[in-house]
Amino acid sequence: MLDVLGYIALGATWTIALTLGSAAIGIVLAVPLLGLARSRFRVVRGIYSSIVHVIRGVPTLVWLFLTFFGVGQLGITLTPVAASLLTLSVIATAYMAEIYRGGMQAIPAGQWEAAGALNLGRFATLRDIICPQLFRAVSPSIATQVIGLLKDSALVSTVGVTDLVFRAGVMTQYHAHGLFMFGFAGLIYLLLSIPVAVFSRSIHARITRKYAIA
Amino acid sequence: MNDFSWLYTWPQYIPQLLPGLWVAILMTVIACVGGYLLGFFLALLVESPVRLVHHAAIVIVELGRGVPILVLLYVFYQGLPQLGVLLDPGTAAIAGLMFSAAGYSSEMIRAGLNAVPKGQVEAANSLSLSTIDRYRFIVIPQAARISIPPLVNLTIIIFQATSLATVITVPEIMQRADVIGSVTFQYMSVYLAAGVLYLCITIPGAVLSGYLEKRLGGGRRASRRRTVKAFIPGVREPQSA
Repeated sequence: MLDVLGYIALGATWTIALTLGSAAIGIVLAVPLLGLARSRFRVVRGIYSSIVHVIRGVPTLVWLFLTFFGVGQLGITLTPVAASLLTLSVIATAYMAEIYRGGMQAIPAGQWEAAGALNLGRFATLRDIICPQLFRAVSPSIATQVIGLLKDSALVSTVGVTDLVFRAGVMTQYHAHGLFMFGFAGLIYLLLSIPVAVFSRSIHARITRKYAIA
Repeated sequence: MNDFSWLYTWPQYIPQLLPGLWVAILMTVIACVGGYLLGFFLALLVESPVRLVHHAAIVIVELGRGVPILVLLYVFYQGLPQLGVLLDPGTAAIAGLMFSAAGYSSEMIRAGLNAVPKGQVEAANSLSLSTIDRYRFIVIPQAARISIPPLVNLTIIIFQATSLATVITVPEIMQRADVIGSVTFQYMSVYLAAGVLYLCITIPGAVLSGYLEKRLGGGRRASRRRTVKAFIPGVREPQSA
């Protein structure tokens, strides 16, 4: 009984590692994409929006199978973990970029104008005026997205990463009682999403306290 | 074995995948229609003044939103036999998707219902409209303006999630792609074709949702006139004198 639960719970390490890894990569890589989105050239903005629409329009499972099974046709072999991390990171990047873009629109034009009136340079404007407001605006959405990634990470069981769902499946095949095994895995997903929500609320409160404007 | 034939061979697999697309669309339609109805009732139950009902509804909603759809599918397909309920793959997949759709949609519908000013309900009561009429003519048309854009997005998400049904052997797009791939070993081409098929639905869906967001979001008065009436049957313009 306990060893069965322990075996399933151990899968949380891969679930957490892949979720946090892809979230971190997505949060960083979405910044250059935001640059594309804010470009003054229509063509560049078009490229950005087609990248994002294609990445978000194809189901995660299709991307995962393309990077795991598909690349074999090109003579490349990826391990399950590498393929999973790659897929989840690319998807996280697209979603985070859209979140940043929405956050930028929430910043009033007056903030840019005021920075210009104070004769701040472009870099100083971004660092001291725009970024704090941007992160205050987007931090709740990022938390939602990280919880979404947590749930998306369940798909990696289909390519053989031994995460929660994979282990619950193995135990179902050994002992039956599928409701119990998958119910336990589902419960762990619910429990894992709580710290993300709490952490996001505290960081949001801290940013709001530090830059308490409008 | 470095070849780039997948760049031009993928369209040949589309005809073989098309029957899967119909299965995916059918699953989406059933899961969404049933899920949104359930979601509407869950939204009403969450607003219930009875504590027990309120908490029970919240637990159901959070299970639908917080548990990955893949786990829900496994629970309905491999878990329910433990209770003596054997579902065939298609039913299990639709049940899992419906459960998830109900959880997500109830929050969106609740946001819409809560956005209707209280005075509207009081006015309906003072006109002594029945509960059904109050919802049909007063509350739902106003709540729909808030709820419809996210519900369209959710429909797209549920359509994408039908791809997960392949793990419980529903013959939708990915299942067919797997079968073809395991025969031809042209996995790149086959999955590329599958991805393009999904895009054929999701891109127009994204455009529609962007349009609805703009149309229903901005210009309060004008939009309510034109669009909401198009969505709610039985709501007619009053005869002007």
